[in-house]
Amino acid sequence: MLALSSIAKNFGGLQVLRGFNLSVPARGIFGLIGPNGAGKTTVFNLITGLLAPSAGTIEFAGYRLNGWAPHRITRAGIARTFQNIRVFKEMTVMENVLVALGERRHYGARQIFFPGRQIRMLEQREREQAREVLARVGLAAKSDSLAGQLSYGEQRRLEIARALATEPKLLLLDEPAAGMNSAEKQQLMGEVVKLGEAGLGIMIIEHDMRFVMGLCERITVLNFGEVIAEGTPDEIRANDAVVEAYLGQDETEPAAS
Amino acid sequence: MEWLESFWSIYGTLVLSLGTNILLALSIYLTLCCGLLTVANAAFMGIGAYTAALLTLNTGIPFFIALLAGALLPAMTAALLAPPTLRLSGVYLAMATLAFGEIVRIAILNTESLTGGALGLNGIPQMTGLIHVALAVCLAMYFLLRMARSRFGRTLTAISQDETATELMGLNVRAYQLTVFISGAALAGLAGALNAHFTFFISPGEYGFERGVEILAMGILGGAGSPWGAVVGATVITLLPEALRGLGHFRPLMNGLILILIILYSPRGLWDLLRARHLQRA
Repeated sequence: MLALSSIAKNFGGLQVLRGFNLSVPARGIFGLIGPNGAGKTTVFNLITGLLAPSAGTIEFAGYRLNGWAPHRITRAGIARTFQNIRVFKEMTVMENVLVALGERRHYGARQIFFPGRQIRMLEQREREQAREVLARVGLAAKSDSLAGQLSYGEQRRLEIARALATEPKLLLLDEPAAGMNSAEKQQLMGEVVKLGEAGLGIMIIEHDMRFVMGLCERITVLNFGEVIAEGTPDEIRANDAVVEAYLGQDETEPAAS
Repeated sequence: MEWLESFWSIYGTLVLSLGTNILLALSIYLTLCCGLLTVANAAFMGIGAYTAALLTLNTGIPFFIALLAGALLPAMTAALLAPPTLRLSGVYLAMATLAFGEIVRIAILNTESLTGGALGLNGIPQMTGLIHVALAVCLAMYFLLRMARSRFGRTLTAISQDETATELMGLNVRAYQLTVFISGAALAGLAGALNAHFTFFISPGEYGFERGVEILAMGILGGAGSPWGAVVGATVITLLPEALRGLGHFRPLMNGLILILIILYSPRGLWDLLRARHLQRA
């Protein structure tokens, strides 16, 4: 459903990605891993339109996304979360989700300045929708708290709720488990699996190997801007190039097992 | 009745100034509430004032039309100014709008045949009454309070907290910013047009840097969380110098000191402070 073809991205003289190809299926959970600085978040920024590729094309659901503004890409059905959490801290959890629900319906000057019964009913319905979305990530009880007062893990889940509220076809999760304890990770894995089963395409960047290997059906490994491996979790685990990228190369033959 | 008449003869201008200052504070509230730091409002006020005053001085058109033109021309100017400047953010946006303000002031100064240059415009008919100002303030408050409570207002708050995240919720951030920038310019222009028709005289110096900072101070002092903040800020900035009249030469010093203390102890604005008190009691 999402296809990146021969993508290159340069920041000045620094080549972050070169000849990068990626194809993400419409369903299922897909992983993008790689050591720090491999260019993973850059891939997300290119897909969501925050950065423009130096070369190559990005296609999604039959559209060519090159040159599209980020908000248009979101409306086309790609939503994401951020590695460094970006919830609206001084708004309530409910309001965070309502903002994301916003653009679905036309809302003109008359509705803003002279809201009738119809608008109030619409807003009521939206609150119910927002509550449903929050329930999907287990935050329903927190809907009136300020987002900034949530725990780290809860803020990450709020980001997922906010992304879901835009009704995406493809969800991009940028290190969703970072900073979570193992119980929170376990819970998050369950939630992500459920989202995948609900028919959503999911692409994950993550450093926690147990998390990625446990969730993803297919994984792409990125190192220094190039794809070094691709396959199922088992294939990736057994791939020499991947092990080398993560652990380094031994200069001598391995002495111990 | 007699008491009211004598009150009006002494404080009439002050009351009208309070009204136009509230409009100015609301005009900057519009951009502040979505995180845009622009200081072009004094210039928009000047464009509005000159447009309306020149129309009433040179043509016989009704006051209402002059006011409308005084709001429209700044709005159109803002629409032209927005594409290059709204790409900037933070202090860079403030600098660009500041420069625009200077350009407007110097342009008025150097088009003597039309604007009277440094001598200003004299003998502007005094057409603004309490009713006009009160009506303008009430309408502006109605619309802005409605806006603040609507989904539009909620989106502005989101933009002020994180522009990129809001954009990635599928919202056209640039369009929202453009809308508030242009509406703010129209409101500042209307304030200028009303103001020019009770002060009798206007000159380019009134719409320079100092006025720009004063408008910004009203917005920040009151707080950008609610239109009521703008009302509070404008009231304090307008009435404080009057209350300190007895201090003579020390008046500006004291005025500044009080403002600094308020900002220090209520950095999110007076309205926030008042509301917090109220909530504590409840």
